[in-house]
Parts: sequence; structure tokens; C-alpha cells
Amino acid sequence: MVERIPQLIISGIFLGGVYGLLAMGLSLQYGVCRVLNITHGEFVMLGAVLTYMFHIGFGVNPLLAPVIIGPLLFVIAFALQATLFRYLKAKAPAQPIFEGNALLAAFGMLYIISYIARITWSGRSFPSAYLSEKITILGMDFTLNQPIIFAITLALGIAVYLFLSRSRMGRAIRATAEDPGTAGLMGVNTNMILAFTFGLGALLAGIAGTLISIRTSVSTTIGFNNTVIALVVITLGGLGSVPGGFIAGILIGVVSQLVAGLWEPILTVPVYYAMLMILLLVRPTGILGKK
Amino acid sequence: MDITRFISTNRKLLLVGFLLLILIFVATFPLYARQSQVRVLTVILMYVVLTVSWAMFSGTTGYMSLAPAAFFGLGIYTMALLQDTLPFPVIIVVGSLICFVFALLVGLVTLRLRGIYFTIFTFGLVIFLTELVQYLETRIWNRHGWDVTPIGNATILYTMFIVVVVTVLAIYFIRRSRYGLALLSIGGNEEAAEHMGINTTMTKVLYFAISSMFMGAVGVVIAPNLIYVNANIAFSLIWSFMPILMAIFGGMSQLSGPIIGAVIFGYLEKTLRAQLFSYFMLGFGIIMVAVIVFLPTGIIGLVPMLRGKLGGLMARLQKGEQGE
Repeated sequence: MVERIPQLIISGIFLGGVYGLLAMGLSLQYGVCRVLNITHGEFVMLGAVLTYMFHIGFGVNPLLAPVIIGPLLFVIAFALQATLFRYLKAKAPAQPIFEGNALLAAFGMLYIISYIARITWSGRSFPSAYLSEKITILGMDFTLNQPIIFAITLALGIAVYLFLSRSRMGRAIRATAEDPGTAGLMGVNTNMILAFTFGLGALLAGIAGTLISIRTSVSTTIGFNNTVIALVVITLGGLGSVPGGFIAGILIGVVSQLVAGLWEPILTVPVYYAMLMILLLVRPTGILGKK
Repeated sequence: MDITRFISTNRKLLLVGFLLLILIFVATFPLYARQSQVRVLTVILMYVVLTVSWAMFSGTTGYMSLAPAAFFGLGIYTMALLQDTLPFPVIIVVGSLICFVFALLVGLVTLRLRGIYFTIFTFGLVIFLTELVQYLETRIWNRHGWDVTPIGNATILYTMFIVVVVTVLAIYFIRRSRYGLALLSIGGNEEAAEHMGINTTMTKVLYFAISSMFMGAVGVVIAPNLIYVNANIAFSLIWSFMPILMAIFGGMSQLSGPIIGAVIFGYLEKTLRAQLFSYFMLGFGIIMVAVIVFLPTGIIGLVPMLRGKLGGLMARLQKGEQGE
């Protein structure tokens, strides 16, 4: 039992990278656009299922699939923000009302995307095992895809962080998140920035979906669980904080592996919730969140 | 012959008459309708309670609760576990009390915080309960789900109707009381409400618990109609989403809005969902987005709008007649 703990922790870190990526997209969408996008998991599902479809149908290498799927999801989400959420924002008299309406509209979208996918591809499970050769790190067995996936998520996480903190566009995004009105006066095209950020969130979700489909079998019904995980992770990490989300993702990954490996797989979600409950009581703003 | 004037002068009388008609309709329904129709009516009434109690808390305060399924499922499980030990009416009370206490705890943890945390928390609460119950069933009790002994369809219908009446009356009086106004002011501007001396946390937690109580009660009542329940049936997220859609569809500014929404959608759901499940859910999503975009005040919001338009039209016609 005890000798499995290091192995579980390391595979938890590997898994947590994907959760961090998942959460980063949602965190951007909530932090900047103020849309608690519970459709997020459905974009993950689309990424995962499309990766499988492209792999089987056209022989596209799963690691290259995001090159096609990413822009596709980006465009869908960009259009959603530029039409639906922009319209709701313009019509809402106050910020909390917009957030409420946007949440409910996102609910509707969740059903639309999820059931279009279920009607198109049915609910069956698509097996996937790419790069599943066994490798040994420090005397522990992993599949080759685990470290590769982690490296990709880490690289993407750092890239997004640098993009937000260093680039001109990133500065515009942060300014819009802080105060859209003033940012608009300073010459930032806020509507474009909001739509771009929303699209970026969906793109990250799509990549997370691709990475999930490389390691495990996927189906059209996985979206909802991923939304739940992403929500727990961004709340733990602090709403709107990108690095906080990544750290919390790794934490959740480790916890889920430990609970599933040592105790009981069914109990992973209840344990997430216990963590969330304790955190909300002790530190409501999350690990790295600002008040 | 002026219908609008007739309606406005005899408003109370008409309302009483209308309610009497509903009472007679529900009371005599099992005498001539088929058993399946009785069950459809029961489900519609169930949605009325879920929707009205959801709208009472979330509609007025703006704190979106996604947890109706949690309380509804708790009600169902109370019935499943206690059916052989206690009489039916007592179980309804016990189920409501369990939900009341549970909601009180949830509210105390989350309602101090900003609205969005509350939403996230309630969102996952349903899944938390599903998985926890599944764990208990498979690992501790070693069973898959529970059988609930059916009680006559008519009995269930009448019990459900009593729950509807109690819920609607309770919420009607709450809306008119100073606590109802306190809830509304929290929805309007929470900080201002607090400065005016409203104990906002206490009000929110208490009314969240009260609204959950009704959800638990209908869970208990509907359980015998389900015959077999397990965690996935009892805590299905559909029980959370349907009331929200119905409330938005009907409009939340008045008590009648959620009721109308629940009746229309409850009927549609029962008749369409069985045959075309996936397409029904797809349509459900499309309607939800469409309603939020085009009908933010719901069907209820259409009435003053249409009345304004019709009034203008009538006035113009009359003017035209005079001119000639």
C-alpha cells in the first residue's frame, strides 16, 4: 500500500496538468468575460471525440489534431461571445444580472452542444491508447503518454501565462478584465478582446480534450464531469487566477489519484467537494485569488 | 361589454372562481381520466412545486441555486428508506425537515460568499450526493437501488395537490411579508439591503432552507410513482434544470409566472420526452437560450406588453371611428 504512494503522487501530477489546462480556460472565461461557462466541459468533449474521429477517419496523429480542432473550437466560442454573450451584456442593467443570464444561457448551450454530439456520434465509448508503451521512471512504471501529456500542459500553461503577462494583447486582456470601461477608453477594442479570450478558453479546453483522449477512452458524455472538475479547480485556485488554477489542478490530480488508488474510485468527487467546502470556509478567495 | 373593465372590477371573484375550477378539476380528474393521465398531472404538479420554490429563492435574490435535484433526491431517498416504518404523511414531514436542515448547513457554508461561489457549490452538490449514495449502496449496503411500494395513483395526485396548495400559499404570504421584501431587496442591491438593517445572511439562509423544504416534500410524494429508485434517478440533474427553465420561461416577476411555465413545460416534457429523448433535450437547450435572449421577463412579461399594444390599437380604432 505505502510503496504505491510515490507512484500515485507522480501520476497524479501528470494527470493534474490536464486539469490545470482545463481550469485555465474556464478561469480566463470567467475572469475576463464574466461568463461562468459551464459549457466548458462540452468543448473538452468535442476536442476529445474529434481527436478520435480524425485519428480513425483520416489518420491524423492525435498530437497534431489540435492544429485543426483548436481553431474550430476557437471560432465557435469566439462567435458565441461576439453574439450571444455580448448581446446579453448589452441588455443587462447590472453586472450580477448579466452573470446570472449568461450562466443560464451557457446551460442552454451545454444541452445544445452535448445533445448534437450525442445524436451525431451516439453515447458509445471510443477507446484510445496512443503512445501507451510502458516506461520506467525511477523504478516506477508509467505509460509513455503520461509524461508527454504533462510536458505539453506545462509548456502551454507557461506559454499562456507569459502571453497574458508580457504581450501587448495579454495586457489588453488583463486591462479588460480589470475595468472594461476604462480599457475601452484607452483604445482597447473590448468586444474583440472578450471574444478572443472566450475563444482562447475554448481552444485550451479542446487541447485538454485531445490530451484526455490520448490517455483514456472517451465518449460524448464526458463533458459534464470535466465541467465539474474545472469548476472545483478554479474555485480552489481562486476565480480568475491562471497560475492558481494550474496549481490547484495539480493538487486535485494528486488527490484524485491517491483517493482512487488507496481508497475508493467512486469517492473522488465527494473528496473534491470536502476540500472545496473546507477551503470556502477557511479562505473563500482560493489559493492564489485576490479579494 | 367592456371585457377589460369587467376583469379589473371583479378580479377577486374571478380568481376565486378560477381556483375553485382547478380544485374541482383536480379532485374529479381520477374519476374519468386514464391512469397514465393521472400520473402526468401528478408530475406537472410536482414541477409546479419545484419551480415555484426555486423561483421564490433564486428568482428574487439572484443567487442561482442549481441544487433542486439534491433536495428532491433526498426526499425520494427518505421515502425509500422509511416507507415500511412510518406512515406516508409523517414521512413527508420528516423528508421536508431533513431537507430544511441540510439546506441550512449548505446555506451557512456558502451563502456568506459571493453569488458565484454559491452557484458553483450547489452545482456540484448534486453530483456529490449522487456519488456518495452510490458508494454507500455498492460498498456498504451491497445493493443497487430500492423498490418503493406503489400507492394508488389518485392518492398520490391528491397528496401532491395538497403539497402544491401549501407551497403556493406559503410562498404567496412570504412574498407579501416583510421577509419577501427583504429577499427582493437583496436581489436588487445586497449592500444597500444590509445598510438598511436587514440581516442578509440570516434571511438568505432561512429562505433557501424553506424553499428546499418544499422540494424535499415533493420528492417524498413522487417516490411511490417511480416504483424503483437509485442514486442516478433520484439525484438526476434534470430535476435541477427543468425548474429553472420553467421559471425563466414563465417569468419570475409574479407568482403565477413559474406556475404557468411549469404547467406548459411539464406537459410537454411528459408527452415528448419519452419518445424523442435526445431531440427533446436539444430542443430544451435551444428554448432555454431563446427565452433568455428574447423573453427575459418570460410569458408573464408578454401580458403587459400585449396589453399595451392592444390598448394602443383599440384607442386608435376608436379615434378613427370618432373622426369619421
